[in-house]
Amino acid sequence: MSQILDRNMDIGPFVPQPDDDLIICRCEEITKGEIRQAIHDGMFTMNEIKRYLRAGMGLCQGKTCGRQVKGILARELGMSPAQIDDCTPRSPNRPAEMRVLGNEVDKV
Amino acid sequence: MKMKRYELAVIGAGPAGLCAAIEAANAGMQVVVFDENAKPGGQLFKQIHKFFGSKEHGAKIRGFRIGQQLLAQAKEAGVEVMLDSVVMGIFDCNELTVMHNDATHHYKADNIVIATGAMENAIPFDGWTLPGVIGAGAAQTLMNLHGVQPGSRVLMLGSGNVGLVVSFQLLQAGVQVAAVVDAAPRVGGYGVHAAKLARTGVPFYLSHTVVKAEGEDHVTAAVIAQVNEKFEPIPGTEKRFEVDTICLAVGLSPMSQLAAMAGCEMAEKGGRAPVVDQYGQTSVPGIFAAGDVAGIEEASSAMITGRITGASAAHRSGYLDDEAFAARTQELRASLGQLHEGMFSPANKGRNDLTVTDEGIMLSQSLLHKGYMEDGEIERFPGAGAVHTVGIHPVIECSQNIPCNPCQDACRFGCIQVGDHITNLPSVNQAAKCVGCGVCVANCSGQAIFLVDESIGDGAASVTLPYEFWPLPAVGDQGTALNRAGKPVCKAEVVNVRQAAAMDGTALLTMKVPKEYAMTARFFKKEEA
Repeated sequence: MSQILDRNMDIGPFVPQPDDDLIICRCEEITKGEIRQAIHDGMFTMNEIKRYLRAGMGLCQGKTCGRQVKGILARELGMSPAQIDDCTPRSPNRPAEMRVLGNEVDKV
Repeated sequence: MKMKRYELAVIGAGPAGLCAAIEAANAGMQVVVFDENAKPGGQLFKQIHKFFGSKEHGAKIRGFRIGQQLLAQAKEAGVEVMLDSVVMGIFDCNELTVMHNDATHHYKADNIVIATGAMENAIPFDGWTLPGVIGAGAAQTLMNLHGVQPGSRVLMLGSGNVGLVVSFQLLQAGVQVAAVVDAAPRVGGYGVHAAKLARTGVPFYLSHTVVKAEGEDHVTAAVIAQVNEKFEPIPGTEKRFEVDTICLAVGLSPMSQLAAMAGCEMAEKGGRAPVVDQYGQTSVPGIFAAGDVAGIEEASSAMITGRITGASAAHRSGYLDDEAFAARTQELRASLGQLHEGMFSPANKGRNDLTVTDEGIMLSQSLLHKGYMEDGEIERFPGAGAVHTVGIHPVIECSQNIPCNPCQDACRFGCIQVGDHITNLPSVNQAAKCVGCGVCVANCSGQAIFLVDESIGDGAASVTLPYEFWPLPAVGDQGTALNRAGKPVCKAEVVNVRQAAAMDGTALLTMKVPKEYAMTARFFKKEEA
């Protein structure tokens, strides 16, 4: 499970990889290279990467890319994906329009 | 804020959710089930194949029929099913917000069963965002719910049961399957599922992965390559297939966000999943989890864990006393235990060092690496019976310990025995007389039983095989017999085609082949007109 991350951990320099232009988050069109660069910028958790890049904030809410982002993060940090927590799930659990959230039914 | 209150709210109307609801409602609870889809049943209505297990698990019944049965039971039990209803959040004191008809509805429940199932994994490769790269579940939705072919020629990535079953369904839908590819060195799913694909001529590429999808605005070809022990592609081993669809069957992850949101303790189970005890109770009192969301298994176990959580909720709210609850959960856990046995059990997951069956018989390495048994291998298994015996007799090509036994009940003459242990290999009782009725052939969910008769005269033999492709060949049709590897071995003529309501769509095709091919000819391919 999750462990407390050492923020001063040395993960080495960012070294370009041949498949850095591979799109990982389809909804927001975020590439592997952008995610790797974000990690080297200090984004060490799934929540940080999501907020920094929007990876996982699109229509599918990370259901396709979440696992991939976690794998990339794990490799860069030299950890197992099992040690990395998912993004914090919050309501609404599915994309919802404001008119739905603003239309509360107050009757039984 | 006024809230409608239920004694039990179930999230997800798939096999686990419906079973939880039925179990609780039958105990007297007032139950609602929310599902975000327009139709209930979860993945069950996409499952057109016959299920494994024993009679009580619904073995030899096609998945969608089990779905129909569950819906009828839910209706009879008075379960309220709310469709197009998305549970958006779980809050303190079991409050739920539900999106329905463009409005936000609030509910409160004494108990909640989270049965949200799983989502398909994807893997990225060069070109994976091209149209034509789809999940195996999407392929099933297109074919089996909407009657649409996902493509004309497909490359399947993943040799687990999902990849194998969906590949077969693609063939049934008239789609070509160019190859089944898996990075693992061994076929991940049941050998019988692999064998029924291989004998139609689908090649298996183990220790291979997709490296590229070619195409401008849609997939036109797939390039695969062999991988090393670190699963890295080996340059120079590339193979190219002209396909318009690449289907991904590379595993599932629990769709567990609502459980995490509710504050349930989570653990890593191939993706985060809520920790549950043997009664399906999470770390939050009154919140239960059942089915794939609590750890990926398959529909039959999801139905049982669903029933267990339904009973647990009923017990918690006082609808089942301690004694009744203990008896019911003990019964359900015994049934679940049966499904957890054998070489594909959760305890054996990921193992690739098994070399013998429980009976001590050497496993077929060819089946594990190529998807089919080599000629002469079936003879060492008890299902082969007495080879070259006089008269018609069953040859059961079941060589792995899987939890399944409908073949035993199929033969009313006692020809076939599995025994008390559901994962035993079936054996043919040579003292009993086979009458050639073929019920066992149709009942075998793995399509692994053949009737062979080497004494029909004229130097010929008849081979009766399960056949699920349409249009059915007709008596007198000439064609080619294929062996287990899908390679043509000899000329064949259809001498009988049988169908019956009880066989539920599995036809029995009998072909006449030269006698020397009685133990190798395993599929019929009609001559192209």
